[in-house]
Amino acid sequence: MPDPAIIAEGLQKSYGKVEALRGVDLRAEAGSVLGLLGPNGAGKTTAVRILTTLLEADAGSARVAGLDVKADAKQLRGRIGLAGQYAAVDENLTGFENLDMVGRLYHLGKPTARERARDLLERFDLSDAADRPAKTYSGGMRRRLDLAAALVAHPPVVFLDEPTTGLDPRSRIGLWETIEARVAEGTTVLLTTQYLDEADRLADRIAVIDHGTVIAEGTSDELKSQIGGERLEVKLRDTADEEKAIRALGGICDDVHAEFPLVTVPGHIPVADAVRALDDAGVAIDDIAVRRPTLDDVFLTLTGRPAEEVEDSDA
Amino acid sequence: MSVADNAAITNALSSVPRPPRPSAFSAAMAFGWRGMLKIKHVPEQLLDVTITPVMFLLMFTYLFGGAIAGSTGAYLDYVLPGLLVMSVVFTTVYSGVSLNTDLTKGAVDRFRTLPIWRPAPLVGALLGDAVRYVIAGTVITTLGLILGFRPDGGPLGVIAALGLTVVFSFGVSWLFTTLGLFLRSPQATMNAGFMLIFPLTFLSNAFVEPETLPRVLEAFVNVNPISIMTDAARGLMAGDAAGSDIAISLGVAAGLTAVFMPLTSRLYRTRS
Repeated sequence: MPDPAIIAEGLQKSYGKVEALRGVDLRAEAGSVLGLLGPNGAGKTTAVRILTTLLEADAGSARVAGLDVKADAKQLRGRIGLAGQYAAVDENLTGFENLDMVGRLYHLGKPTARERARDLLERFDLSDAADRPAKTYSGGMRRRLDLAAALVAHPPVVFLDEPTTGLDPRSRIGLWETIEARVAEGTTVLLTTQYLDEADRLADRIAVIDHGTVIAEGTSDELKSQIGGERLEVKLRDTADEEKAIRALGGICDDVHAEFPLVTVPGHIPVADAVRALDDAGVAIDDIAVRRPTLDDVFLTLTGRPAEEVEDSDA
Repeated sequence: MSVADNAAITNALSSVPRPPRPSAFSAAMAFGWRGMLKIKHVPEQLLDVTITPVMFLLMFTYLFGGAIAGSTGAYLDYVLPGLLVMSVVFTTVYSGVSLNTDLTKGAVDRFRTLPIWRPAPLVGALLGDAVRYVIAGTVITTLGLILGFRPDGGPLGVIAALGLTVVFSFGVSWLFTTLGLFLRSPQATMNAGFMLIFPLTFLSNAFVEPETLPRVLEAFVNVNPISIMTDAARGLMAGDAAGSDIAISLGVAAGLTAVFMPLTSRLYRTRS
């Protein structure tokens, strides 16, 4: 097996009495996207800061692009890109100047830095705004510029810390497409997010993190099947039919749950069979559908609370 | 098999040749250049700081000059070196403010993940700031010359005074970069900075002879480094500078740098 692009074992970090990370293991194969999913304050940002050499872990080890984050920090900085939560662009500089500056800091040389800046602005659909100060940019444009800055030196591993938080839906989709394009070119991405749809769409594997530990890990499908696969939901028209419905569907499957107006049957049940059985029993229904679990269900089951309506302050 | 796999991953990880590690100098210069771009894009930030000394120059010379020194011309000779020091020292507060802006906007995070000489952002920013100091000092001196300031030290004396002021302010600026890394917002840094620098510049000999002050105040004014720096600038401009004033000013700059530069670098590396 080749070395994974990101591997972390037993990462721990405390801020005073607050344990931000309590032994986190992560792994991302080269060219894949690892989604770090969790509410605010779960420890996602702390993990990213350790992996990008901004912070030293109290315990545990991590290697990124084959380099130790602590011992080889200097070398590693040449091989990673970070786009943070705050869109770290210089507002007073133009988009072009921002990228040109980063290029110079990577010592690309003046002509190459300028060429790379123009190229990235073009690819990120910012050419028209290239010579305007970044403070005139919209939120989505700033994020794109920030992401472009993270990619100036073609880093093989890119860290995106909540890249779409606070963006409108159109900008989010635009940014997703940009990220997907980088991944298609072979870039490894670690993405933190509190949005389940984002993890679902972008990540090859997802690590669900809460209170400083990874509470589940796998592909989106694996996580979903962990909490049970699909189920059939029948919406009844009349309370009185509940018993009749249970009996009718009991002929197909004996694990029927009912809580008016919903009757739920787990497993893969052919809809036609269910409709026929209910019809034969004379039960009137408003709706019948096969439901697959979403990452929302996964999150709710694993943490006992929904993902997005959580407290503030990510450490 | 593992050879092929390793080749594959090496390939995937480095599809493009990696740039060489930039030199410390070129990284610092890139940050200095960033400082220049900021002056170009936000010239009003420089104006903000120079407008106060300019107003003071006009107001004090024409409003109080006659009363304080007998004539506006005589007072102009007295107050201009003081205002030069004031205008440049005011500008140092912005070194702290812009560093705090970088911190709160996340730019510091980006710089810290770049493969550069670690103090480069600070050194480069201060190089850029030195240019601002020269601009601020030149503005006030030029205005003085227009108003009739004709120092005995001649052009060389004026340039020496400006040079010493810039070096002195370079030392002071480390104090504000430290402050900028401690405080929560650029606005807080600005407020705290001016809260510190206003009394220090006013309770100095920049505007009035210390002998006219109550004794306790006079004692403070006489040991205030801003007073000593002002004396040195006055002396250089008048062509009769005391070596001790120049030495103490340089010593203060060196002392502030020795204490606050390491503190600033440390905070810059660790503050998250």
